[in-house]
Amino acid sequence: MAERPIRVLVAKPGLDGHDRGAKVVARALRDAGMEVIYTGLRQTPEQIVSAAIQEDVDVVAMSILSGAHNHLFPKVVKLLKKENADDILVVGGGVIPEDDIPSLKEAGIKEIFTPGTPTTETIDFIKKNVKRK
Amino acid sequence: MELGERLIKGDKRACARLISLIENNDNRAIEVIKKHYNKTGNAHVIGITGPPGGGKSTLTDKLVKLLRKNDKKVGVIAVDPTSPFTGGSILGDRVRMSDLATDPGVFIRSMGTRGHLGGLSKATKGAVNILDIYGVDYIFIETVGVGQSEVDIVKSSDTVVMVMVPGLGDDIQAIKAGIMEIGDIFAVNKSDLDGADKTALELEMMLDFKKYDTWRPPVTKLSAVKNEGVNNLLDNIINHKEDMLKNENFKLRREKNAKLEILNLVEEELMEMVHKITDEHEGLDTIAKKVALRKSNPYTSRDEIIKLIKK
Ligand code: B12
Ligand SMILES: Nc1nc2c(ncn2[C@@H]2O[C@H](COP(=O)(O)OP(=O)(O)OP(=O)(O)O)[C@@H](O)[C@H]2O)c(=O)[nH]1
Ligand SMILES: [Mg+2]
Repeated sequence: MAERPIRVLVAKPGLDGHDRGAKVVARALRDAGMEVIYTGLRQTPEQIVSAAIQEDVDVVAMSILSGAHNHLFPKVVKLLKKENADDILVVGGGVIPEDDIPSLKEAGIKEIFTPGTPTTETIDFIKKNVKRK
Repeated sequence: MELGERLIKGDKRACARLISLIENNDNRAIEVIKKHYNKTGNAHVIGITGPPGGGKSTLTDKLVKLLRKNDKKVGVIAVDPTSPFTGGSILGDRVRMSDLATDPGVFIRSMGTRGHLGGLSKATKGAVNILDIYGVDYIFIETVGVGQSEVDIVKSSDTVVMVMVPGLGDDIQAIKAGIMEIGDIFAVNKSDLDGADKTALELEMMLDFKKYDTWRPPVTKLSAVKNEGVNNLLDNIINHKEDMLKNENFKLRREKNAKLEILNLVEEELMEMVHKITDEHEGLDTIAKKVALRKSNPYTSRDEIIKLIKK
């Protein structure tokens, strides 16, 4: 039997409509053999966590270009912890200032991918850091 | 607590985990289904099928919301195609069901076909069983929109809704052989657009070709985005099951579906045995090579493999 594919929830929290990056990442992960569940725009942290649990994903990957990352990314990590689902790998991307990255990582977002990062880097990171259940 | 116990208590995480396990053909999930199968059968299983982009997900979202008004628990399984080249997929049906994500009475699961043809994945029926044990009243299965070969959905559901859209025109003719057999109900979605009356009429005309002793598939026009006519469709769905229950049809359909489910499982297991047993001997590739070089032939090869299995 083939190894089961890595399941990734690609979500866009917050109110901005910049979905190109999320879609580029979703397609890249698919092409790397992953099963990508795309939730679409304007998801609340509660919706993202609820979907992550029902879909039993290995990774939650979020994209924000609006500047709301300092609030929304840590909130998702916190809610996952509350649901005892903190074995899920959380990564983020989008327009995120260098200065914000250390505190986001401290809050439990394992890696942040900013504009210009090749998607292969994201793929490698996920493959290396995902915890298979 | 073990997964099965958590599942019957309605634990979402256990449900999600078990669906992953059944997708992997994992024994832990199979044992749970075996143990609790006698608790299944209560959920009304509804297949939602039709051409790509016809509005299946949007419609499912609206149907689920109506049922939630009556406090019914609902499960949704949404199937999208897996790329045959990379094994990856983008499962996008949730986009149309965002509001339902946090509803405690709704469980939505996206599945990739993972190489299976026919509009569903191999584990879809297993996932239906798990949702049934979990305790939902209704289960919607949204198929891949392939247009003509979603025959699998009939085997897996009590009621099949064929979602059509205006302007398919000649396409209806082309795919009618497949679809007319599949649908228990025809929904002409996007009736806010031109041509819905014509499509509905054409469907009625095609339905006229067949004689019906009991249930004649109704044709309903609706608009999922505008949320018009959806309650009508829900009434039809519920009526269809009630109608089947009035005569032998419900029992017969479940029997027929059970038979196909068993045969599918046996077939899968047998194929696995074939691969395993040939691997233990000379291997399927070697056998094939001999046949290609005319040193053996396909029939003798078959007999030899069957003999190995029977031993
Ligand atoms: C295209 C664009 C738009 C398009 C969006 C089209 C669409 N559907 O996506 C339009 C014209 C609609 C638009 C509108 C606006 N925009 Co605009 N937009 C951009 C622009 C120029 C490019 C974004 C883009 O698509 N890049 C291409 C994609 C592929 O790259 P990416 O998203 O960065 O993704 C890459 C990485 O970041 C990473 N990544 C991203 N997400 C994720 C997620 C994960 C999990 C991972 C692993 C990686 C990852 O991987 C991707 C590939 O490398 C940026 C500026 C910029 N250079 O970034 C501004 C920008 C994002 N926009 C901005 C603004 C302000 C707006 C508006 C508010 C403008 C206005 N006043 O009306 C509106 C808001 C609209 C809305 N509803 O939200 C600001 C945001 C400022 C901020 N963060 O504080 C920016 C940064 C411009 C600027 N310098 O001011 N915008
Ligand atoms: N005009 C109109 N558009 C609709 C209606 N229902 C759905 N749509 C639109 O049709 C598009 C596809 O809708 P989906 O619900 O994703 O269709 P689907 O059949 O699930 O699509 P796949 O799963 O990709 O096959 C979306 O843009 C919807 O907004 C409707 O009643 N009227
Ligand atoms: Mg859909």
